Amino acid sequence: MTIRAQIGMVLNLDKCIGCHTCSITCKNVWTSRGGVEYAWFNNVETKPGLGYPRNWENQEEWKGGWERTKNGKLRPKAGGKLSLLANIFANPNLPEIDDYYDPYTFEYEHLKTAKESRTTPTARMKSVITGNYKDKPDWGVNWEEILGGEFDKRRGDYNFRKMQEQMYGEFENTFMMYLPRLCEHCLNPACVASCPSGAIYKREEDGVVLIDQDKCRGWRMCVSGCPYKKIYFNWQSGKSEKCTFCYPRLEAGEPTVCSETCVGRIRYLGVLLYDADKIEEAAAAPDEQDLYQAQCDLFLDPNDPEVIKQAREDGVPDSWLEAAKASPVYKMAMDWKIAFPLHPEYRTLPMVWYVPPLSPIQSAHESGMLGEDGVLPDVKSLRIPVQYLANLLTAGDEKPIVSALERMMGMRSYMRTKTVEGYDDIRVLEQLGMNEYEMDDMYRMLAIANHEDRFVIPTNHKEYAGEGPFDHELAFATRSACGFSFGNGCDGGEIQRSNLFGAQTHPNTMNGNAIHAQTPGNGWNDEGSKS
Amino acid sequence: MSEFFNIFLFGAYPYIAIGSMIFGSILRYDRDPYSWKADSSQLMSQKGFRLGSNLFHIGIILLFFGHFIGLLTPHFVYEPFISAEHKQILAMAAGGIFGIMAFFGMVILIARRLGNPRVRATSHFMDILILLLLFLQLILGLLTIPESAKHIEGATSMLALAEWAQGIVTFRPDAASYVANEPLIFKLHILLGLTIFLIFPFTRLVHIFSAPIKYLFRSGYQIVRRRG
Repeated sequence: MTIRAQIGMVLNLDKCIGCHTCSITCKNVWTSRGGVEYAWFNNVETKPGLGYPRNWENQEEWKGGWERTKNGKLRPKAGGKLSLLANIFANPNLPEIDDYYDPYTFEYEHLKTAKESRTTPTARMKSVITGNYKDKPDWGVNWEEILGGEFDKRRGDYNFRKMQEQMYGEFENTFMMYLPRLCEHCLNPACVASCPSGAIYKREEDGVVLIDQDKCRGWRMCVSGCPYKKIYFNWQSGKSEKCTFCYPRLEAGEPTVCSETCVGRIRYLGVLLYDADKIEEAAAAPDEQDLYQAQCDLFLDPNDPEVIKQAREDGVPDSWLEAAKASPVYKMAMDWKIAFPLHPEYRTLPMVWYVPPLSPIQSAHESGMLGEDGVLPDVKSLRIPVQYLANLLTAGDEKPIVSALERMMGMRSYMRTKTVEGYDDIRVLEQLGMNEYEMDDMYRMLAIANHEDRFVIPTNHKEYAGEGPFDHELAFATRSACGFSFGNGCDGGEIQRSNLFGAQTHPNTMNGNAIHAQTPGNGWNDEGSKS
Repeated sequence: MSEFFNIFLFGAYPYIAIGSMIFGSILRYDRDPYSWKADSSQLMSQKGFRLGSNLFHIGIILLFFGHFIGLLTPHFVYEPFISAEHKQILAMAAGGIFGIMAFFGMVILIARRLGNPRVRATSHFMDILILLLLFLQLILGLLTIPESAKHIEGATSMLALAEWAQGIVTFRPDAASYVANEPLIFKLHILLGLTIFLIFPFTRLVHIFSAPIKYLFRSGYQIVRRRG
């Protein structure tokens, strides 16, 4: 047994209101640069829908993630090392920019410089890549926002498999939910496996998966290898980029930007201890419906003295072990069993988990009425089909989802009885198999969700000085490391650096200046609008 | 005067070009590793890319190794196995096949790079220049085949060119004299090839040095990095 620690995340979809604040703050911090205008390290999708990039979940199309071979070994779905190298000249599984969307900006400058005219000047849309005018966008990061577009297109949603999707096109049966997505910082990352340069790596001390920008050669195998399509090719720098889990913030004990700014308080960050020696075995579970449980079995009880002893030997610092005991992620995933991995069938063992959303009880049932399933309404009568959630979170196994939804509904019922009626409804506790303290704890975590309960992140302090990955000397030496730049140190990354080894073809358009912008005061300019 | 040019172009210029390639690449790798990349434009447009890129890459890699082995293997090494005449016919046939593969690949890639608005907009000057230079070089190379066909007997041209190439890499001062009387088409092919070496470090060609062969020998798939 080799114990390693990782910061994991849980998103409580029950409370996500789809405001995109996480996406916007992430964008402003990480991808407001040339070449990644189209890239959103964090995005929020409305489900059911095809998502961003289009139909990303369907690995028959993209060949992301892993597959189990006949002899029980794991192999990237796109093929082993040799066949991957054979495809290096042209990756057959790479998305095209239109699968994300053609990035665009608006000619804001025109609003300030237009000459007097009978009609109000407008800021026309321009493609960031070609500089040509566009009449409308074609696809986007939240294209299907609140069920936008026809059902006929959205029905292609991969999570409708084994379901009669036609039924959910009818108005009476329609349903929706939000799904914020970011890099999963997997235990068995397929991007790392498919990088021919060896530029992508998982950090031993906190599990963050990063791309070494100096080692990346732009072979773009990781883009298709990641089943979540959370690696983006920067078309200006020719390098792949991904969510960094805001590691400079984590190192300082602060939550990621997306978590910190979440107005719905749906995000949780905490330490998980796991057995690194069993990763491969867990990811190779024969039945894909066993993958969820196999991943749970990797996680170790932070209160177990044996685990603590071994973890210390393996170099996990005490502050991390203390944080693991208070980890909201461990509580939700392991104690209460209400959080689940996204698409465990990709076999990457993702570390960003989701609490499934409750939804209104369908009209046939009177709301608030105690239903047929004991003292609680039957979760099968919820508007979002359980099978859909199961396809999303447990490879189609409904049982764990039903149990989680029951616990969440039961918590509401119990707390309502407690605060309104003034007594403890023991029947609910018995049905859910939880005690009063667990219920209070879960209520505090989910409903109140205080900052200090949501984010339990240990920092690198000088107390941990010594040999090993947590050595404070090393932490000190790498302090204030740069984020993404155009290879010019910490100068902000947008300096028009031109030397013999190349320069950028495009200026940054994320500051509101469209390329090929007309000269100020020149009035209307339709150059390029014909394309 | 023409002797001076012959000595400069085929005796000195090779060292200038190869020196630029080696030291320029080292400098770039050391000073600007971020710029070291394949710079693929596949994300911008997939149309024709798979066919074009595969034909081009496979064709040109095989051509490269054909030249490398063909020019630098000393005569006495292959003599017991294959006569110079047969070697030349083999070289013409293989070069012709791979050359035509690369030719069609490049036609697709050039049409795409110049004709596709997205690829064009994201191309650097050097990207277009090197593509056109490689294309020109390929055409020159293909044009040497009919010329070679005139010199099959004794394979005199091939032997002279190989002698020159081996003279260059073994620092023989008289190397340039071997090609002095060879047909112009061979000389042009050599000079353009050397020019490609000259500008190599300033183009995307540097990704050749990063061919990820090591990947095949990586133990397992995962990489976990320890801090520091």
